[in-house]
Amino acid sequence: MPDSPQSIETLDQLAAQALAELTGISDSQTLEHWHTTYLGRKGKVTLAVRRVGELPKEERPAFGQHANRVKQQLEAAYEERARLIKAQEMERSLAEGAVDVTLPGHPVLRGRLHPSIQTLRRILQIWADMGFQVYRSRDVETDEYNFQLLNFPPHHPARDMQDTFYTTQPDVLLRTHTSPGQIHAMRAYCPQPIRVVLPGMCYRYEQITARSEIQFHQVEGLAVGYHIRFTDLKGTLTDFAQRMFGAGRKTRFRASYFPFTEPSAEMDVECILCHGKGCRLCKYTGWLEILGCGMVHPVVLQNGGYDPTIYSGYAFGMGVERIAMLCYGIEDIRYFWGNDLRFLEQF
Amino acid sequence: MKVPLSWLKDYVDIALPVTELAERLTLAGLEVSSIQYLGIEGAELPWDRERIRVGHILAVRPHPNADRLVLADVDYGADQIETVVTGAPNLFPYLGQDVRHLNLKSPFALEGALLFDGHKDDGSKMVLKGRPVRGIMNRHMLCSEKELGISDDHTGILILDPDAPTGAPLADVLGTAVLDIELTPSIARCASIIGVAREVAALTGQRVRYPDYTRLPLEGASLSGRVVIETEEAHLNPRFCAALIEGIQIKPSPYWMQLRLRLAGMRPINNVVDVSNYVMLEVGQPNHAFDYDVLRARADRYAGPERPIRIITRCAREGESIRTLDGVERTLQPFTMLVTDPAGPLSIGGIMGGAESEVHENTRNVLLEAAAWDFINIRRSVQAYGLNSEAAYRFSRGVHPSQAWWGALRAAQLIQQLAGGVIARDILDYYPAPPPPVHVDLPMTEVQRLLGVDLPRQEVRRILEALEFQVEDDEQGVFHVTVPDHRMDIGTGVVGRADLIEEIARIYGYDRFPNTQIEDVMPPQRDNLSLLHEERIRDLLIEAGLQEVMTYRLTAPQREALLLPPNASPEERPYVTLTNPISPERTVMRHRLLAGVLDVLAQNLRHRERVAVFEIGPVFLLPSEQDVLPDEVPTLCIALSGPRELVTWHGADTRPMDFFDLKGILETLVQGLHIRPVSFRPAEHPSYHPGRTAHLLVGEEVIGVFGQLHPWVQEAFDIPSQRPVLAAELDLRRLTAHIPAYFTVRPLPRFPAVRQDIALVVDENIPAQRVEEAILQAGGKMLVGVQLFDVYRGAQIGSGKKSLAYTLTFNAEDRTLTDEEVARIQARIVRSLEASLGARLRG
Repeated sequence: MPDSPQSIETLDQLAAQALAELTGISDSQTLEHWHTTYLGRKGKVTLAVRRVGELPKEERPAFGQHANRVKQQLEAAYEERARLIKAQEMERSLAEGAVDVTLPGHPVLRGRLHPSIQTLRRILQIWADMGFQVYRSRDVETDEYNFQLLNFPPHHPARDMQDTFYTTQPDVLLRTHTSPGQIHAMRAYCPQPIRVVLPGMCYRYEQITARSEIQFHQVEGLAVGYHIRFTDLKGTLTDFAQRMFGAGRKTRFRASYFPFTEPSAEMDVECILCHGKGCRLCKYTGWLEILGCGMVHPVVLQNGGYDPTIYSGYAFGMGVERIAMLCYGIEDIRYFWGNDLRFLEQF
Repeated sequence: MKVPLSWLKDYVDIALPVTELAERLTLAGLEVSSIQYLGIEGAELPWDRERIRVGHILAVRPHPNADRLVLADVDYGADQIETVVTGAPNLFPYLGQDVRHLNLKSPFALEGALLFDGHKDDGSKMVLKGRPVRGIMNRHMLCSEKELGISDDHTGILILDPDAPTGAPLADVLGTAVLDIELTPSIARCASIIGVAREVAALTGQRVRYPDYTRLPLEGASLSGRVVIETEEAHLNPRFCAALIEGIQIKPSPYWMQLRLRLAGMRPINNVVDVSNYVMLEVGQPNHAFDYDVLRARADRYAGPERPIRIITRCAREGESIRTLDGVERTLQPFTMLVTDPAGPLSIGGIMGGAESEVHENTRNVLLEAAAWDFINIRRSVQAYGLNSEAAYRFSRGVHPSQAWWGALRAAQLIQQLAGGVIARDILDYYPAPPPPVHVDLPMTEVQRLLGVDLPRQEVRRILEALEFQVEDDEQGVFHVTVPDHRMDIGTGVVGRADLIEEIARIYGYDRFPNTQIEDVMPPQRDNLSLLHEERIRDLLIEAGLQEVMTYRLTAPQREALLLPPNASPEERPYVTLTNPISPERTVMRHRLLAGVLDVLAQNLRHRERVAVFEIGPVFLLPSEQDVLPDEVPTLCIALSGPRELVTWHGADTRPMDFFDLKGILETLVQGLHIRPVSFRPAEHPSYHPGRTAHLLVGEEVIGVFGQLHPWVQEAFDIPSQRPVLAAELDLRRLTAHIPAYFTVRPLPRFPAVRQDIALVVDENIPAQRVEEAILQAGGKMLVGVQLFDVYRGAQIGSGKKSLAYTLTFNAEDRTLTDEEVARIQARIVRSLEASLGARLRG
């Protein structure tokens, strides 16, 4: 071609040849080669355009304009082709990169809280929202705090309700309930009003079975003030049950007996499994026993330093593991201290 | 307390269906735990009203073809008499007789009736079908208790009371429901049928019908002068009543009484013993029948004939013993009250009779005791001997002395009715100091203050009167209330007021009170810092991938001793020790969390390779034996074992976790708590691997120990030795004391940082921490990061040396550092370490 005389026709022939070649290109490497061959610094088209000087002077402007159009046309075709090839190559590479999405993910070694703590946190959170803050007291207690100040005189039959672990130290025992914390809190805060929750481990002398354990968590609550009423007790505990067990869940209050409250009650909630129809979980009563409660007994108020003719209060107590068992369908209380990771990792 | 509905209805009208009654009682504090039905709707075997009737046996005739069978002619109220074949041994005495006049009544089942199969013990049932028995067609049947589902007794047919109406459906005569009521200590007054009847009456607006004891035929010779009663401890035995019934005949009690006792959970014995139990169940007054002739014979010996029997109640003397009627010889404690005569103990007062004076089949004369005993003293004795009886159950919960008199009258009346004989005139009553009745003043304002509801005055009065309180209204808004004797649970003063308010709320019905929100002032608000810190630590540890566990806080010294290798000196700090442990593995409160956590590790390693757990909880330390209460120290224990990551198809780092995995967790923890300055120092501890143990310190305070577990300990806890166990024990009270209330953040750098790697060769024995501290000190404030990325030992650097390679990060607050500046600082660092640690730059 360098030998053929320069003309618009030869340029057009060259361009046509280039375009024809371009349509056959399907990979970016060949495409770059094509670009160098025709449009590079020493490319055929570039050189052909440079040979404008060989033309007679009057033909040069027309040729120049034409040559620019041809170049632009080829560049545009090149860009178009490049986009197409890039898209195709991307598609090929994506197709090759497909994975079996059903293979298992890489396991994350996540830690978890013990279910008792999870349940306890939930309970404490609800009470915190109602203005009850946490007060904790000791596990190893005196008979005085665990029983006497709570209106259980020595040898009183009410002591039969709580089988107790005694220690070699006279009058020192493992607390059977979190209620000694009521006295500790009252003595710490008297004469201020009180709203506290008292979580903690309690101990009972029991055979370890699917239903009973020697240690378990309780959460006790105590409100003392100038104007705390039985209807407040019902109201706050009903609100608690609605949050803990679900909105609309029915509750009922039964008369009961605890030496440190009067009137005393037990709160049942509608069975969470059968919704009150009766099933194995609720022993066909439709109700689940959730907590004991009552108005603080005047003797206990007195022992805490509060004048029962001026102050009044209410108290309640619930078993954390029992609530967890109901919520998660756990049938054996021994799971809690068994610490089998196959159980704990389900939470 | 088992309460047969049919018995309860003797004293109170009940219109409610039994399930509704049970619900009302439950809500009022008498929790009905179950209802058992006998023969009526709801029973496992309801007695067919058409086919199971009361039959009257008219004659018992021989079976022509069998010696062990008889024929009985039975009238069951229909037009014709039916004949049945039976092998019941209790009909044989009547063989060949016309027994029409004996009024022998028995349950009579007609063909087609559904019954329990008397010959099977699996509770299977059968439909009665006619079939010939040894040549005689037999369509119907006289039933045993077993066939009716009353008991397992299949030794003969059930003989009903003679007045059972012939032809009546058996369900109407014997069918009933039995309520099982759980009695809390406050309602011990309901440990009797009449006690429950009072509650039913108050809840349903009825009145109690009390048994009538007033027409007691006192026809025997006077008792006074024949028996004398003395009590040495009137406060422990405030009342003692005694009645004498002479000329009785011991025999089985009538069927209605046997059935009631059985339904209430007691075994019928004979008419006198049954009456004694029946009266206890009916009115709640335990009582005891002595064989009077035994007492008389003893008196003949200690006082002579014609001299009175002396009954003395007193505390047991040193070394005294008695053989109780359960056949056990018991040595008595000095606080136990006895009923004695001058010859020695006769019974343990209020708890159990003695064997010698027990009523037996030839007893002719009985002296009946109904007394009152101090409930706390009874409970003490019950606990001392582990001897519980129905009587002790009631006396240990409180029976008012006023009940003794009524109990004596009722028992004498029933013994005379069922066993014959005459009741001696002048029933003895030793009651030196009757307690005054309890009065409580109850202002209506108190009711309103505590319950939060303005109950009408008339309603409050109605409730109290329904419970047999006497109420005087002073029209000033105060009720003057007199408490009936049987309400020993009602106190005086402010306590009595609370007791009465509970009664009002209970009978009014808790569910009728509205729900309200507290309107009282909000108390001062307080954070619980120790809990917040503990919870923060929990969160940091689970973020680090650890699973929380919780173990028993009770352990055994020998278990914790395994935490020390055999050659280490044993633990000597005293334990909080139980006097009544439930098992040998749980005898003391733990000193360390580690034993429990290692148990968790060992158990789980049986079914998995990797375990990474922590526990937070108290340990119980008694500084000395003299301390009454232990210091309960919040403690953290971590234990790790197994591969760093789990094997996956994706590849994983499955090298075993080592010291530095645990250290990384602790570093993450203290950083997360913003505690500074933290350091780690080599340490020794008998539970841990020498050379792989360190203390965690904040400033100069040791917070805890951690490292690789000593191989001895690992073996003692049955943990396989292939992989090391890493453990940490930290004192959380010490750790959390260093948590700052606030921390401040560093601003982001405004100019790019420069990173340079540097390798320093130092002596092997120089700890890495010292090198890093020296670098930081020499680097000045432009040096903002020191990251160790390689530790190398080898021939290239000579023996006894190690090369530590760091990436140093330099940054200035006000400009981009130039290469020259960075080179100058780095040279300064090298010079400084050469001088202080003998380090040299690795070429």
